[in-house]
Amino acid sequence: MHELGVVFHIMDSVEKIARENQADGINKVVLELGEVSAVIESYLQNCWSWASKKRELFDGTELVVDILPAVTYCEGCRQTYSTVDYGKICPFCNSTDTWLLQGNEFNIKEIEVY
Amino acid sequence: MREVRILEIKQSVFADNDRQAQSLRKELKEKGVFLLNLMSSPGSGKTTTLMRTIERLKDSLRIGVMEADIDSDVDARTISESGAKVIQLHTGGMCHLDAQMTRQGLEGLETDDVELVILENVGNLVCPAEFDTGAVKNAMILSVPEGDDKPLKYPLMFSVCDVVLINKIDVLPYFDFDMEKCREYIHMRNPKTKIIPLCAKTGEGIEEWADWLLEEAENWKK
Repeated sequence: MHELGVVFHIMDSVEKIARENQADGINKVVLELGEVSAVIESYLQNCWSWASKKRELFDGTELVVDILPAVTYCEGCRQTYSTVDYGKICPFCNSTDTWLLQGNEFNIKEIEVY
Repeated sequence: MREVRILEIKQSVFADNDRQAQSLRKELKEKGVFLLNLMSSPGSGKTTTLMRTIERLKDSLRIGVMEADIDSDVDARTISESGAKVIQLHTGGMCHLDAQMTRQGLEGLETDDVELVILENVGNLVCPAEFDTGAVKNAMILSVPEGDDKPLKYPLMFSVCDVVLINKIDVLPYFDFDMEKCREYIHMRNPKTKIIPLCAKTGEGIEEWADWLLEEAENWKK
């Protein structure tokens, strides 16, 4: 359900940009999605295919999702590691003084219009 | 064949909503209306807490309530018995409210004669945390039976909240709920979050919560 709301938000933003650029249609929308951003790609795709049929401008528009891996930085030993594998605790020095460097993104990267 | 162009955008999906929320907050400041976004899981005691809060504050502030639910008006009817102005918002299947829906709700409620508006968001700890509603402050209710580990499972919710109410403390003896651990977990997510343990049923702790809310609402008018 969350993904559907998000899809409407994306469509609103993209539609605005497409109109500002006098586009007649949209071939493709490319998103950047962080691995730990709380949005699931397959749900997003399902919602997209449903919603795109309801809006003229998006009829036939392909959704492409680039997944960005989640990386955590450790203040203790200044190394980075995979967030999905180790979470908040650094696998090198066991420090909990860590923060997410990348992986929470949810961006509209680019669109292809005609 | 028409020309195909690639438009580089590089903007957050939430950017538009964040902008709308900012402008809503600015308008609320000009009008002196304090909007509180109240979030929680279903069954945490939001409506009961709200009833107690209204009871305590109704002589000091003119209060309006926006009840957001996927469907039904059960909560709105209960709240209307408290004497507060209330409006029911249906999200039409959506799991959260965004800034635009909040604005429409405020227009429906008519805020000229209110000083405090409480938005009872959809019962859910995931989606409402991602969308800025335009509220001045965010609050959430965590009830004892849900467990002290919720801040670990729903980190974003706890990091966006200015205040966390730990409800149903009257049943603490029957649950393995470690209050100190819970405080620690919440502060791991947001060290500035204020934590108020209370019991909406008995009224314990409601005073501290109501005083906080009153002070915040008065400061907002300055």
